[in-house]
Amino acid sequence: MIRAWRIAAVLAILGGSCPSLAEIPASQRKSGYDFMARGTRAMQDDDTANPGMLSVLDGEALWRRRAGAAERSCADCHGDARTSMKGVAARHPAFSPAQNRPVTIAQRINLCRTERQQAKPLPYESRDLLALSAYVGRQSRGEPIAIAEDENTRPFIARGRAAFTQRQGQLNLSCAMCHDDNWSGRLAGSPVTQGHPTGYPIYRLEWQSAGSLHRRLRNCLTGMRAVAPPLGAPELVELELYLMWRARGMPLETPAVRP
Amino acid sequence: MAEPIPVETTRRRFLIGATGLAGGMALVTMLPPGRAAATPEATRTAIKAVVGSAPLRKGRIKMELPPLVENGNAVPLQITAESPMTDADHVKAIHVFTEKNPQPNVVSFQIGPRAGTVNISTRMRLADTQIVTAIAEMSDGTFWSDEVEVVVTLAACLEEI
Amino acid sequence: MAARALINVPPKARRGEIISIRALISHEMETGFRPNATGQLIPRNIIKEFVCTYNGVEIFRAELFPAVSANPYIAFTTRATESGTITMTWTGDNGFSATESVAIAVE
Repeated sequence: MIRAWRIAAVLAILGGSCPSLAEIPASQRKSGYDFMARGTRAMQDDDTANPGMLSVLDGEALWRRRAGAAERSCADCHGDARTSMKGVAARHPAFSPAQNRPVTIAQRINLCRTERQQAKPLPYESRDLLALSAYVGRQSRGEPIAIAEDENTRPFIARGRAAFTQRQGQLNLSCAMCHDDNWSGRLAGSPVTQGHPTGYPIYRLEWQSAGSLHRRLRNCLTGMRAVAPPLGAPELVELELYLMWRARGMPLETPAVRP
Repeated sequence: MAEPIPVETTRRRFLIGATGLAGGMALVTMLPPGRAAATPEATRTAIKAVVGSAPLRKGRIKMELPPLVENGNAVPLQITAESPMTDADHVKAIHVFTEKNPQPNVVSFQIGPRAGTVNISTRMRLADTQIVTAIAEMSDGTFWSDEVEVVVTLAACLEEI
Repeated sequence: MAARALINVPPKARRGEIISIRALISHEMETGFRPNATGQLIPRNIIKEFVCTYNGVEIFRAELFPAVSANPYIAFTTRATESGTITMTWTGDNGFSATESVAIAVE
């Protein structure tokens, strides 16, 4: 958006920016929640006032609904999500040996739908997929984000880090320039957060609905005047993997509210 | 590529940066042709429809709104009022108005002595920085008001359609 | 899909106590002022009325306009007078209608 010219102007005055390899130290890591106004935080804190919880409730109903040629519901295999899904979202994206790449919660849900339920995959950003993702995510609320770092995930985390730190787009900005180097500053009146995906799917006030991290990343990339890969693209999955790894130890807040 | 037009164009200001560095940024407000914002007169008419010819006094009702909102789509609003809330003396109704939204009315509440107290919350949309007005209608036919000015900022990165 | 509602009413209260009631319902509250990608106005589609009754007696009513946020949230108070049922009804454009009831025990 044109507004992004302001960033470029400010950074040009500051003498541009050297590429940042400095990760935010663990003691300084802050969720987007900490940057929000009191009223928005209150919206997230109260389960009966949090619009993201409407999505969670939808997900709870979908969890029990039989689907596909196999006439199976999630509950038929996974039982009570409160136990079977506890901690799962905090560990995703996770490496899938069958797929030989990391998969997100949404992709995992669709893999189950196609392989176990013999149902059609849910489209990205559809109400049902967001609802199931929110319901699964809710079962990890409060759990520390914990992405496995092993020989399977390391190459993908590295690719995600490269995407985060590379300059791109018409404004030649990298994610790190704002979210590692200039967090706590402001961009056109809004606080620059550290960019941790601690509560997805979120209810974003700007969207007036729930939405995924990939949708949010595409917003950012559009704002940077860079190419935004499609929802579910490997580049976005790798970036999500890196961002979740970068947020390791922070508690998951799903469903979060963000401005 | 042409600048994408955001969907909610009534709320958007297009910032046009000067060429080069920090220089003067011209702020241009553009409303698409044919999009009406409530005029002060429309707001006065809406208020008059509720209050009639009775005098409108400041006080007894209090509206809490954040002075600066992060997003105009969902602004938390809380209304309280001083009233014994008895059969003889209570708040009958509360009406909320804006001056720059496309339409002046926001919400109207009908309550009575059974409420016990006046403490009502909701979330409203604000199209722009503006003054929000709340009017309480008392059982004795008097009207009392409160006003709050709210500054509305916009999200830094918007979506492409 | 049917509208989803989240209601918060205390399950128990003392007689005469002022209780807080909160209601959140999923609804896009399309204002009628937004253009779509081709520039045409998306038709208005909002909840217009919210009514709360306590054992059949109306205790709260709200008239909503497009300026109410999507997924409308309303919180208000009432005195717990007797045990029974608190019912909430939302109605709006295009024949929209939703009802939720909760029980309250008052001693």
